[in-house]
Amino acid sequence: MQDIEITQDENLAIDALIVRHQRTPGALLPLLHAIQDNIGFVPESIYPKIAKALALSVAEVHGVVTFYHHFRTHKAGEHVVQICRAESCQAMGSEALEAHAKKCLGVDYHQTTADGQITLEPVYCLGNCALSPSVMVDDEIYGRVSSAELDALIAEARR
Amino acid sequence: MVTQVYIPRDSSALSVGAEKVASAIAAEAKRRGLEVQIIRNGSRGLYWLETMVEVATENGRVAYAPVKPSDIASLFEADFLNGKSHALCLGLTENLAWLKQQQRLTFARVGVIDPVSLEDYIAHDGYLGLTNALKLSGAEIVKTVTDSGLRGRGGAAFPTGIKWNTVLGCEAEQKYIVCNADEGDSGTYSDRMIMEGDPYVLIEGMTIAGVAVGATQGYIYLRSEYPHALATLNEAIANAEKAGYLGENILGSGKTFNLEVRRAAGAYVCGEETSLLESLEGKRGLVRFKPPLPAIEGLFGKPTVVNNVISLATVPIILDKGAQYYADYGMGRSRGTLPIQLAGNIKHGGLVELAFGATLRELLYDFGGGSASGRPIRAVQVGGPLGAFLPESQFDTPLDYEAFTQIWAVLGHGGIVAFDDTVDMAKMARYAFEFCAVESCGKCTPCRIGSTRGVEVIDKIISSKGKPEHAKTIQLVRDLSDTMLNGSLCALGGMTPYPVLSALNHFPQDFGLPATAEAGKA
Repeated sequence: MQDIEITQDENLAIDALIVRHQRTPGALLPLLHAIQDNIGFVPESIYPKIAKALALSVAEVHGVVTFYHHFRTHKAGEHVVQICRAESCQAMGSEALEAHAKKCLGVDYHQTTADGQITLEPVYCLGNCALSPSVMVDDEIYGRVSSAELDALIAEARR
Repeated sequence: MVTQVYIPRDSSALSVGAEKVASAIAAEAKRRGLEVQIIRNGSRGLYWLETMVEVATENGRVAYAPVKPSDIASLFEADFLNGKSHALCLGLTENLAWLKQQQRLTFARVGVIDPVSLEDYIAHDGYLGLTNALKLSGAEIVKTVTDSGLRGRGGAAFPTGIKWNTVLGCEAEQKYIVCNADEGDSGTYSDRMIMEGDPYVLIEGMTIAGVAVGATQGYIYLRSEYPHALATLNEAIANAEKAGYLGENILGSGKTFNLEVRRAAGAYVCGEETSLLESLEGKRGLVRFKPPLPAIEGLFGKPTVVNNVISLATVPIILDKGAQYYADYGMGRSRGTLPIQLAGNIKHGGLVELAFGATLRELLYDFGGGSASGRPIRAVQVGGPLGAFLPESQFDTPLDYEAFTQIWAVLGHGGIVAFDDTVDMAKMARYAFEFCAVESCGKCTPCRIGSTRGVEVIDKIISSKGKPEHAKTIQLVRDLSDTMLNGSLCALGGMTPYPVLSALNHFPQDFGLPATAEAGKA
């Protein structure tokens, strides 16, 4: 298990979240969401703590975290850019958009730019299929995105 | 006088700048000392015209679209607040042909009301269905739903009333209503539109389901890609609780129904109902063997109704207007209406709710206006990533579950993705396998391994065009598809062959075969 340093404050926040969700039926997903919303990722070093609180094995916690695309075990960049790869967006040229993003950012999917600003992720449908191709930057969705507009969105995020 | 201005808060409208339009209108009104009340409605579903701004006038709501922040000054100059003419003025919204030609039952209020205003919901016939349901026995409610002919709108098209009846018939101290809001199919967004545009109709539908089968707890399993739907649902649930429409003793009936939204975490397979239940229980979303059916042993081992958003959101109007009213729409065994979503390379993409029976061609050309690129539409994929690709020769197929089954296709959740003639169908077949490989839960071998082998075989087909081994690799992909079709545990592996084989059969030339070979063979 790879250790990633988390701060004392983050640790306290995690403890509080565990207490809050411990008694929820099917607590693990809501808890993982809460942790990731709060500190940006789910560090592997806290698996034992979660496992103990929810009466699970560490393997079960690891299994769940890694099963779902949404959860990350490492900090993402300051901003996450998701490009839709699904059929509707493909029909409107998302492949070119993906290639453009990878080239401009100098990263592949699941990677973060050298300046730590942008993490690039694929996504399979954002439910914006009448206005394809779609991109999500953090929690905001953008439709009919051209390469130039993607550049502008990335530049804006970096500012 | 305060003028009411409607600007959508729907994700798709936001994706093309609705927020900026709203703040620009607010700022300009303030600058001019004009009083406006901005209401953030859902989308009317004419997405190519977003951002659509509507102004309430004494003749009705007047639409202006598509509005950009740079249009605001000229709209005020033209006195749009009094419904006056402007280059972007479309006239009365209710007279728009695109809307007039639809039969909006499930979507009656979407785009019309303020989604989080309970008063607005009630003023537009909201909660009439629940009021009626509370006067009936559980069996009577279930019978009404059964008689309406409503079938699961998530894609499987299983009769909703029959599912409910199984749960009703189970003895258990706890039962659950689970709403499958993990709308992962590309080309679909009707669930999102309901949740963002009329969340109370879903809440009401789930409450009726709970009252009918004796379930006191409901969960909405919502995909994590829908942050705006999450916020809207949570706000609506809190309002409904406060007003006594959720919680204990609903409307003084003595019945209890609690509702909670649970966020999914980006796994497509969790749209499969048993995988969804595993996920709700806090586990990896591995598909379960059936039987036992979720209706008998579902969430936490208890009897559970698992229904799609649209199925549940259609229940209130059935309980309000009666089973026959709903059943009078449709054709054959497909009763009622289907919210169809036009997507992909389409000029006029958006939501079209129609009685079953309209043809693909009407949707693609009469509503959709042809392709966005202006090139011929070569193929459409109906029913999401596990749906078949249909060539132009099948565009006269009526939207009807059985008619689609007959041509070895699926209607699914009603999403239609159009592709123009630049599409490479071998690439689409490869993508279908690739998607299955990314999203497979891994429990069964045909799906877990077959999907990866499928990508490799398609690569071989492409690279061996014109070589002696080409025919053999074509046979290989057919054999592999046969194994996945018949050997997979759920629809993910079991239906990935639909896009693959339909692409191969209808567009053989893209795979290096003569254009006529195998056409139509399934």
